[in-house]
Amino acid sequence: MPAFKLQPNRQVPQSKAGILQWLHKNLFTNFTNSAFTLIALYGLYLIVPPLANWMFFDATFAPVSNAECGRNGACWSYIIEKLDLFIYGFYPPEQIWRPQLLVALSLGLVLLAKLLKNNKVKIIAWMIAIYPIIAFLLLHGGLGLSIVATYKWGGLMLTVVIATVGIVVSFPIGILLALGRQSKMRIIRLLSVIYIEFIRGVPLITILFMASVVLPLFFADGFNVDKLLRALIGITMFQAAYIAEVVRGGLQAIPRGQYEAADAMGLSFAKKIGLVILPQALKISIPNIVGSFIALFKDTTLVLIIGLADILSMVNLTSNDELWLGRSTEGYVFVMMVLWIILYSMSRYAKKIELKYNTQQKN
Amino acid sequence: MSKNIIKIKDLNKWYGDFYALKNINLEVKKGEIIVICGPSGSGKSTLIRCINFLEQFQEGSISVDGTQLSDDMGKIRKVRAEVSMVFQHFNLFPHLSIIDNLTLAPIWVHNESKQDAREKALTILDRVGIRDQAEKYSNQLSGGQQQRVAIARALCTHPKIMLFDEPTSALDPEMIAEVLDVMVELAKGGMTMICVTHEMGFAKKVADRIIFMDEGQIIEESQPKNFFNKPESARLKMFLEQILSK
Repeated sequence: MPAFKLQPNRQVPQSKAGILQWLHKNLFTNFTNSAFTLIALYGLYLIVPPLANWMFFDATFAPVSNAECGRNGACWSYIIEKLDLFIYGFYPPEQIWRPQLLVALSLGLVLLAKLLKNNKVKIIAWMIAIYPIIAFLLLHGGLGLSIVATYKWGGLMLTVVIATVGIVVSFPIGILLALGRQSKMRIIRLLSVIYIEFIRGVPLITILFMASVVLPLFFADGFNVDKLLRALIGITMFQAAYIAEVVRGGLQAIPRGQYEAADAMGLSFAKKIGLVILPQALKISIPNIVGSFIALFKDTTLVLIIGLADILSMVNLTSNDELWLGRSTEGYVFVMMVLWIILYSMSRYAKKIELKYNTQQKN
Repeated sequence: MSKNIIKIKDLNKWYGDFYALKNINLEVKKGEIIVICGPSGSGKSTLIRCINFLEQFQEGSISVDGTQLSDDMGKIRKVRAEVSMVFQHFNLFPHLSIIDNLTLAPIWVHNESKQDAREKALTILDRVGIRDQAEKYSNQLSGGQQQRVAIARALCTHPKIMLFDEPTSALDPEMIAEVLDVMVELAKGGMTMICVTHEMGFAKKVADRIIFMDEGQIIEESQPKNFFNKPESARLKMFLEQILSK
């Protein structure tokens, strides 16, 4: 009988590297894959060079008039000329420092929150409580600042305001709805289900129309709710229903043992949900929550239908300027790039949080 | 009879139409070690889960340390704060580090300061031999370590009673011993324990009374010596033959 012998540890064999090897493995494995690679390359050849020519090589970047821009390339002068409109809409030019200050302030607070060591939770909670008031005062006015009515808001600023309010307000409401849908109390469960299923069964456009056209019919004469506010309420209601469904998915993924362990300790319902269940459920739902926020951000462009001048509707408005006729393509490309940068950043940031809170695979 | 810390009287429970617990009467003295065994589906787990009201029951009464269990959430939480439970599948909170798992209940249920809770938790982790794992997360530990953490978590609130729901059933054979060692330590320390387990060695060693259940009833209840050597009912004899011939 042979004695058991411990085998020595061996290194993983070195894989063959090199460009040719990589090409073979990734692009030209067999005939079909090679064919697809070549077709894709041909497609890129058809699209990329003309696009690059239009966007960069034949384009005009100098701040010149429309006539001086070539017709072969993009005329970015138009964007430069109209930049304030794209970003701030019809916000009075002499007041533009206010949104600018708000952006600086927001960045400053985020930085501060990152640097904090002591009392982090408390200070951040205070910031979250006070920030909306400051933001409202700066953008809308009051306390000595001149009032800028919301119909003058527009461009990227309006888009960001709508998306931010929609996201921030709908999130807690959505969580409550998700919990409501799981509740043992029949009435609460029923109301949550009715709300969620009703809203999810209606397109956002319909809700926006309701908010802007139908709702005022019910108001008494002379009583009017701000159009932007109505749109915000509509969007928030809409988004809350979707967040609720996403969070419910997370809640359902939590094993029953977690509830039981929390119960067995004597935690109250609120503490059980807040300390044990929600942190896990939200962590699981991060990708879907962010996906839903990204969808909302894109959906905000629908407000142009009820006459709010967000960044997309600025393309129409500015390209109707008789000095800049025929430049809407540049406008749409510009808006596309701005939105893409914002949305892609959101998605990258979400990935980062997801990794940060992933305690399952920290081995 | 004020020494009896748990009093269960005429307990009856149904799951839908299924009659799960039939006329259970049981009293447990302070510091007593009770082992409950029996075939699966006999109602052992259900019984101990009634004690901290994880399961509701339809008839009968349970009082724990003078508090009568009813639908009153305040009373239920009071009982749960004094009774700790260790589960078959550990049920550690995966989003919290080990030390945070331990300090959760002391801070949020017993209103201890973070500092105190932390120090105490470290002492208890020391006792179960895994102080060096305090900052890790549960999925980084072996099953045996996880269950020891779960026991430590249960100890952190200084419970008057500990309930063990098949604490070793989900463990690899090699890890069962390390968990049982901790439980034996506890038993010697005077803790009141009710353990649902199939570890007959453990039962022989520390139990004051062993209860045998089948089909929702207590069939036999005796001291370990008599339990193994002089089983009265035919059902228990059969069960012992099965389990000891392994």
